[in-house]
Amino acid sequence: MGLPTAGVLCLQGSSEPHLARLAELHADGTLAAPPRAVRQRRDLDGLTHLILPGGESTTIRHLLDLFELTDELVARHRAGTLALFGTCAGAILLGQDDGTRPRRLGLLDATLARNAYGRQVDSFSAELSLELPAARGGGDDRRESASTAEPTAFHGVFIRAPRFVRIGAGVRVLATRAVEPGKSAEPVLVAAPGLLAGTFHPELTRDLRIHRWFVTRPPETPPAGSRHPIGAATA
Amino acid sequence: MQRTDPPKNGHDAPLPHGLDEVKIGLARMLKGGVIMDVTTVEQAKIAEDAGACAVMALERVPSDIRKEGGVARMAAIEVIARIQEAVTIPVMAKARIGHFIEARVLETLGVDFIDESEVLTPADPENHIEKRAFKVPFVCGATCLDEALRRVGEGAAMLRTKGEAGTGNIIEAVRHLRLIQKQIRELSVTPSEERMSRAKELRAPYHLVEYVAQHGKLPVPNFAAGGVATPADAALVMALGAEAVFVGSGIFGSTSPQKTAAAIVKATAQWNDPAVIAQACRETGGAMKGLTMESIPEAERLAKRGW
Repeated sequence: MGLPTAGVLCLQGSSEPHLARLAELHADGTLAAPPRAVRQRRDLDGLTHLILPGGESTTIRHLLDLFELTDELVARHRAGTLALFGTCAGAILLGQDDGTRPRRLGLLDATLARNAYGRQVDSFSAELSLELPAARGGGDDRRESASTAEPTAFHGVFIRAPRFVRIGAGVRVLATRAVEPGKSAEPVLVAAPGLLAGTFHPELTRDLRIHRWFVTRPPETPPAGSRHPIGAATA
Repeated sequence: MQRTDPPKNGHDAPLPHGLDEVKIGLARMLKGGVIMDVTTVEQAKIAEDAGACAVMALERVPSDIRKEGGVARMAAIEVIARIQEAVTIPVMAKARIGHFIEARVLETLGVDFIDESEVLTPADPENHIEKRAFKVPFVCGATCLDEALRRVGEGAAMLRTKGEAGTGNIIEAVRHLRLIQKQIRELSVTPSEERMSRAKELRAPYHLVEYVAQHGKLPVPNFAAGGVATPADAALVMALGAEAVFVGSGIFGSTSPQKTAAAIVKATAQWNDPAVIAQACRETGGAMKGLTMESIPEAERLAKRGW
């Protein structure tokens, strides 16, 4: 694969900071082209990496269906040509249905509860423990080496954030947040082949590590057995 | 270094002193969306189904406040609480200018954003609320750059235009958007030794004048509010640099609120695609009749409230 071409879904939400982070990665030669703002199906042509930003998950799902992007995203991801990174609302959409709105895309074998910490007055920032495995390229996550470095700190901004309430066996936890002494740290960033999902907002800090890690791993075909039915167009 | 479209507001620069990333973060999550005024649970559900990114819980929409007159206050607690129960998207509510106790009550209720709004009757003739002291973020109206920076100086995490509410007339919102951008452009070519003097003329906090001069943008998102009645209005304010749209009387004052709400959401998301806007216009219900500015006496103009 040549250099990746990355974009950000720009229907609703915090797209511009993601575009700014990707523009920095283009400036340093990591990306083949300036980042693309994705609003229509034709914007996906030639794209290898797409970020689904934070925003309102019900609104973003509504607009994905309205502009007929849902099936296209899912098909490209399943064909192994489009890697997806969801932050906050984007992560909610990548996960599995839990009976609440909006209908999820069901691509990631994990379930996220919306607004799991409460309302905006319960939003917060916290120091996270981040462990990004060294990229080998093309490999399945489980074959990837255990991390090559000690966990490092990452500043996490959580806005009406969701929480992982279930994580499938094939999904790897890359970052955690310490909850209380004596309790195990909770997962806040997870990866599966061709997928990355986080409950916080790495685009709001100037730290490029997570974005760089995402775009430097080529898209992958999800393993058989992880194919869940996609949500129908009606919510 | 090659530049793509530079982000408009504040993402690339560290926040100026006194601003809070968690509060401004929610303002950023609402970008590209439509925030709808609602007065009942049914309306809130219609708004959420139509794709609203948030609702503003109110007792009366601005056009009714304008018609009925009287003192307009914070909405009844029951109304706000029922709407909070009914939807999963953020719920905002309005407090009167300077009425920090109404704001404390709204914060206690757990509303996600407080609009310190000129649509309600002001409570303090001189002072706005000291917003930094709150955990809940505030949005405030601004007609020009100096008013915007005074509100940010008090701790506002989001700005919006003070388009004349309840009129269905977009002219004032357009005036405010254009003026603020013109003033930002002027400031961004003002040499550093002239900026203190400029801050004095503007009557705006110096550190925020410096921020705008250095970065060519406001430190918090600026949304459009007041007078948006059609999908084309929404696309117009987005094209003029608004980062999201508040719609008040324009939805539940129209002949078919469901259709109008969905059409405005559609046009806001794809504001730069005339084909999508045309389709949205076709799908909309009849717009509210509206008021011309000439028909509103100076004393009744809401944008004059606050400073």
